[in-house]
Amino acid sequence: MLDAEFFRRWMAATAASVDREAERLTALDSPIGDADHGSNLQRGFTAVVAVLEKEAPGTPGGVLTLAGRQLISTVGGASGPLYGTLLRRTGKALGDAGEVSEEQLAEALRAGVDAVMTLGGAAPGDKTMIDALVPAVDALGDSFAAARTAAEEGAVATTPLQARKGRASYLGERSIGHQDPGATSSALLIAGLAEAAGE
Amino acid sequence: MSDEQLVGIVLVSHSAQVAASVAELAKGLAGGGPAVPVAPAGGTEGGGLGTSSELIAAAAASVDRGAGVAVLTDLGSAVLTVKALLAEGDELPERTRLVDAPFVEGAVAAVVTASTGADLAAVEAAAAEAYTYRKV
Repeated sequence: MLDAEFFRRWMAATAASVDREAERLTALDSPIGDADHGSNLQRGFTAVVAVLEKEAPGTPGGVLTLAGRQLISTVGGASGPLYGTLLRRTGKALGDAGEVSEEQLAEALRAGVDAVMTLGGAAPGDKTMIDALVPAVDALGDSFAAARTAAEEGAVATTPLQARKGRASYLGERSIGHQDPGATSSALLIAGLAEAAGE
Repeated sequence: MSDEQLVGIVLVSHSAQVAASVAELAKGLAGGGPAVPVAPAGGTEGGGLGTSSELIAAAAASVDRGAGVAVLTDLGSAVLTVKALLAEGDELPERTRLVDAPFVEGAVAAVVTASTGADLAAVEAAAAEAYTYRKV
């Protein structure tokens, strides 16, 4: 079973890898975006870790809803409301339980990913974070490690795609050949989950 | 409807200058009617290009007169941030709506309509109708 401490570890591990990879995320965002993805997410997850230390919610759902709310208010770009919605909806789906099973987490995360698709209007293949998150959720039934691998492969697989959402979509065919920064940071989020689980 | 109950308008742009200029333009074109509460929410809190949920929430609170608030946005993250704030439930005044409208034309239509004392639905309809005006 997974408790609030597991979910705090997940957020901390994600914040640490976003810190490490911020320059790479921003570099991926310069040819097809506005070159702020790394710094935006770094600011957001730093704030998430700070608020979780201060308020320390006692349930998995509480950790994720607070983290999501913090991302919405601090990130400043599209990734704020998108990641914020992902974590908040996942947290709400987990409810007030003090501990949740891996199956419940997988189901809740699917609800979160569905909410992101509704908010942003993106589907698999549009060259967005969805292309890492959907395969990750599908693989989560097997193991956290499988989800991490699926997310990383999903992120790499965005390279040949043409963007159909967000700023990159204005570039049309010129968006082809670049790995999507949002799918890349989503893979970091799922890797953080595997790290929290010790996998 | 009394002057105190005009619909409020919030203009969310990635740029502080764009939001402020469109607000000024819309108010200027609304003419001599009662002054509609219009607030720009442009750029990030640090003055950069982007969207700030804090600035949006503050702007919405500042224009709320009890008749509802119409929010108009420009690009991607502005739209997503307002939608996410609406989903939060308690971040924006009651009867706040994201209006699907072109930014400049919609803002002018919304402010002019609000200045007549029209309700939120009428303001929203007027702003959305601006999409149907073709230039060529």
